[in-house]
Amino acid sequence: MAEITSYRRPVPGTQPDYLFPPYASTVKRAPTKPLVRLPHTQTELTGPVFGYGEVKRGDHDLTKQHAGDPIGERIILSGRVLDENGRPVPNTLVEIWQANSAGRYPHRVDQHDAPTDPNFTGCGRALTDKRGHYRFVTIKPGEYPWRNHYNAWRPAHVHFSLFGQAFAQRLVTQMYFPGDPLLAEDPMFNCVPDERARNRLISALDWETTIPEVALGYRFDIVLRGPEETPMEGGKGRAR
Amino acid sequence: MSLHATTSQTVGPYLHIGLTWLIIEDLASARVAGERVSIEGRVIDGDGKPVNDAAVEIWQADSRGRYGTKSFRGFGRSATDANGVFRFRTIKPGSVPGPGGVVQAPHIGVNVFMRGQLKQLVSRIYFPGEPSNAKDPVLSLVPAERRATLIAKEAAGKPGTLGWNVILQGRDETVFFDC
Repeated sequence: MAEITSYRRPVPGTQPDYLFPPYASTVKRAPTKPLVRLPHTQTELTGPVFGYGEVKRGDHDLTKQHAGDPIGERIILSGRVLDENGRPVPNTLVEIWQANSAGRYPHRVDQHDAPTDPNFTGCGRALTDKRGHYRFVTIKPGEYPWRNHYNAWRPAHVHFSLFGQAFAQRLVTQMYFPGDPLLAEDPMFNCVPDERARNRLISALDWETTIPEVALGYRFDIVLRGPEETPMEGGKGRAR
Repeated sequence: MSLHATTSQTVGPYLHIGLTWLIIEDLASARVAGERVSIEGRVIDGDGKPVNDAAVEIWQADSRGRYGTKSFRGFGRSATDANGVFRFRTIKPGSVPGPGGVVQAPHIGVNVFMRGQLKQLVSRIYFPGEPSNAKDPVLSLVPAERRATLIAKEAAGKPGTLGWNVILQGRDETVFFDC
């Protein structure tokens, strides 16, 4: 395989800017001076590797972390991690966190008047297999209010954190559920102009991973930046 | 096949639930060779207030400039405290190859995540008194008057500790990269 010399820059409209006033907290936290374009060097082309010493058996099952079962609708959350060239990203760390079924996080900052669940922490992790697959068992998170604007409610979502194989591939995102009417009003979901990019943040109901009489499956494929490919002289590809 | 990278979203205010299981503020065990260095800093917002809900991740080479060796992974993660403070204890990295065969001065790659940012901030920490800073191919892309924001400073009254802050806005705003 050819040596990777850089990762692709984002397609316009598919990644957010730092300043996005509809999401009010960006105003005091977004850089105000121009960013400096960073050439990709060994620092950006390499990244940390994590293993089974850190990710334990059962870390992928958020419903089995306490003595009892959490309240809520049990779901299977799975998908593949690919790069922009369609290649699976194997053995990469996927971290997730989410609210409980009532829309409450067990966190000192969360003062929403909804019950915490002693049987649900809402934190999981997994490593992708050699074909880039990951799988979690969890419960469907609830929607919850926040103070961004009057009567603001976050759509149900699960936070995802991925490392990929290089510093330049690091990605933190959120996964949403199909058919959620709150998506149209959510500033975070609507942070990019490209509608297709937004819709790729929405998981799909998945009969293939649904377990009859146990849990519905939702599929969420994640794409990390892909290496820039240098066309080979005399290669099979059509001339451009 | 060509796909588009998934859109980034903020870590939000509850990042600790998902990320604190992997807090790594001590990067180097006693048997790792290299000059020990502590790095400490604060994340400050546009009102000059500490950011108490940020995660700072670092990625660095070992003392010989090699990434991801068996004895030294080179990854760290710290969550800021109530005063916006993060800290790492690590080794000073060696020089690493740069573009076009030019050597890069010792540096540490930084990703910063927080509520109010829809994607991470990317920056670098360089070391004070390092002659190779003058010829570093990345530092030289930065306007001269802003370069100092990327170079850690000897912390007053704390020998062996370097200070490096993440100033999000304003006159002393840290240089952030379009990575």
